[in-house]
Amino acid sequence: MKMTWKGLLPLLIFSAMGIFLAIGLTKDPSKLPSQLINEPFPEFSLPDLFDPETQIDQTYLKGQVTLVNVFGSWCVACDLEHPTLRRLAAANEITMLGIDWRDTMEKGRLWLERGGNPYDRVAFDADSILAISLGVTGAPESFLVDHTGQIRFKYVGPISDKIWRKEIKPIVLALEQEMEATP
Amino acid sequence: MNAPMITEFGQIALILALLVAAAQSVLPMIGAQKNDARLMAFGDRAATAQFILLALAFTALTIVFIQSDFSTKLVAVNSHTDKPMLYKISGVWGNHEGSMLLWVLILGLFGALVPVYGKTLPAGLKARALAVQGMVGVGFLAFIVFTSNPFERLNPVPINGQGLNPLLQDPGLAFHPPFLYLGYVGFSMAFSFAVAALIEGRVDAVWARWLRPWVLIAWSFLTIGIAMGSIWAYYELGWGGWWMWDPVENVSFIPWLAGTALLHSIMVLGKRHSMASWTILLAIAAFSLSLVGTFVVRSGVLTSVHSFAVDPERGVFILALLILATGGGLTLYALRAHKLRGGPEFTLVSKEGGLLLNNLLLCVAAFTVFLGTFYPLLIEAFSSDKISVGAPYFDRTFGPVMIVLIAFMGLGPLVKWRKDSWVSLKPHLLKSALLIAVVAALTFWLGKSVLGALSLGIAAYLAYSTLVAMGRKIKLGKPGAMKLLKAQPASVWGFFLAHMGIAICMVGVTGMSVWQGSEAKRLKLGESINVSGYVFTLKSITPGREANYQKMTGLVQVQKNGEIVANLRSSQRFYPVRDMITTEAGIKVRFMKNLYAGVGEGDPKTGWVVRAYVHPLVVWIWLGALMTALAGFVSIFDRGHRRGPKT
Repeated sequence: MKMTWKGLLPLLIFSAMGIFLAIGLTKDPSKLPSQLINEPFPEFSLPDLFDPETQIDQTYLKGQVTLVNVFGSWCVACDLEHPTLRRLAAANEITMLGIDWRDTMEKGRLWLERGGNPYDRVAFDADSILAISLGVTGAPESFLVDHTGQIRFKYVGPISDKIWRKEIKPIVLALEQEMEATP
Repeated sequence: MNAPMITEFGQIALILALLVAAAQSVLPMIGAQKNDARLMAFGDRAATAQFILLALAFTALTIVFIQSDFSTKLVAVNSHTDKPMLYKISGVWGNHEGSMLLWVLILGLFGALVPVYGKTLPAGLKARALAVQGMVGVGFLAFIVFTSNPFERLNPVPINGQGLNPLLQDPGLAFHPPFLYLGYVGFSMAFSFAVAALIEGRVDAVWARWLRPWVLIAWSFLTIGIAMGSIWAYYELGWGGWWMWDPVENVSFIPWLAGTALLHSIMVLGKRHSMASWTILLAIAAFSLSLVGTFVVRSGVLTSVHSFAVDPERGVFILALLILATGGGLTLYALRAHKLRGGPEFTLVSKEGGLLLNNLLLCVAAFTVFLGTFYPLLIEAFSSDKISVGAPYFDRTFGPVMIVLIAFMGLGPLVKWRKDSWVSLKPHLLKSALLIAVVAALTFWLGKSVLGALSLGIAAYLAYSTLVAMGRKIKLGKPGAMKLLKAQPASVWGFFLAHMGIAICMVGVTGMSVWQGSEAKRLKLGESINVSGYVFTLKSITPGREANYQKMTGLVQVQKNGEIVANLRSSQRFYPVRDMITTEAGIKVRFMKNLYAGVGEGDPKTGWVVRAYVHPLVVWIWLGALMTALAGFVSIFDRGHRRGPKT
């Protein structure tokens, strides 16, 4: 068969584009790189959902590896994620700070009563004060914060058991080692 | 038949359709290779059977939706008993699984039309094209059956469904996907016939003339689909924009640009036997880009992760289909390109030259939009930066290409086939320059905008040149012009309407981009804002309730020079099932100027957020677009498509 360069050209162009698209696709679209990675967790002071008189702030995050999870009683995908978080809490895998976002206290509490509360503490953010400084685009969204209070990882969308095992757990272990290594 | 069985019935029909498509993709191809008439004829029957099975599957899914059978997972996730009937039905395709089923249903429809309208086609070409159509069908049916089954069951059965996304509960959007898909999938015909022609090693005028109506149908539906999407965005999203250069919009626009190029090159091939390579490549490109359109929206590569569930497995499946289809088509082209004859010679200044230039410019335009849409993805492939390409990029790159394109769009129809000269164009060019100068000066004087002046000047030039071209065809001014006007073939009317439509659309785009007025403020009852000489006053806020949502309706009165010109009702709807709020804008649609108001959240103490807009000429955008779509349908009726070769 006879092939000419002119005939081959469209195929070559397409192959190049296909390779780029394929590389782009292997990067999970939900792993939006956050501007905040390796930055200190934004300063905040929000009421505790179960004890509105006391405030929770960024100092809570110091001294241990924490999973900060943004949720809301209105968020359907959070229902999906919830069983995984419950299992993590039951196995004592990690300290969890919940951010109840764009919610009412009543609904947020009810939601956690019904489905069980996996969080060590829950901050109440009805007016998106923390959510905006975190650059949250939707719920659920999760951040891993190391013992010095720096954000090290961001995950957009519901965490499943598989995602926890394969993607988040290894980072948690690495961060915990880091913590033990520092005096 | 009771409800539980209907789901299984649909499932079986779907699997049978996959098996039939598999047979259709192999047997006719072997038949064409061995010149076996019986095997070739099998393609016709398989295409019909596949369509009937898909129609049954789709009907089954529709019935399940109408009956609100929540034991079917798709219905539970996307429907609700409180939903109006229209949205129960449109809910069938308002989700991933159902919309893919609609996609293959339309694919099956086009396939089944081949035996009906293709009686005069060479048997080998028809059999091969149907086999390729079958292969596309196998790919997508396998995708549906294995990764996106619409007939999946849910256990335990929920009491009620989760409802359809409120943004999708709109008549405009209910019918937007079917039109878009008729366009996307319509290009599969161009693809199948291009591949079949490559296998045969013969791309000729008869082929082009048979295929052209199908390209026209696909292109016209795509035009309508895009226009509907734009209209929907304009009134539903509540910010009064008609085009955002949003990735989802762009991916439907890119195949449209490629399809427009294809439309023109296939015409040259049908009339002058040249541009065979271009036509084949554009046929492959138009369909591939349609697949990209499906792929992008369905995989969530570019869209917000929160609007659709992201599932990389599905994305990879569609990407594989895209690579197989396009890669296969282009490999075949690489092997056969030397066999495609160049056709008669032509000089640069000729109709062929003009159309070649048109093709190049449309491809460049498509490429700029493609680059702007996918550049963020490419950057991400190499670094961890996340960037976004916004409207300024498109205005700066796409805009100039379009201006050059329109400049040649005016001239193209005036030059002769094969050979012409600049000298013969000189009188027209001089008159056009004068016209542009006059219109631009007038516009600048009245509208105080250089961009607006230039843009309207060029739109006027396009309209004028199109009229002149039409005038020449009927020998205007000489006796018998009326008779010639009536004798013009449908494709000439198609040309006239399409080019006029673009000119009208351009006027609208200019008006909207240059002279739009907007203002947003928190207003208490009785307070008002001023926009472009119009006074928008918030008169009242009334609560209300419909079957599937609660609403707060704000009445905004618009006055000009003390006279009431419009009462706009804008409402905020709250959908309890999805816990979502949408804003319905109040719009007074007028030929020259739309008045637009949106009332947002607020309370009597601090007031409500009111956004007021004055949109000049915006209706022209869609009038022009729909006229252009109509042009495509008109052209289908050209007798030339059915006549023998003409030289």
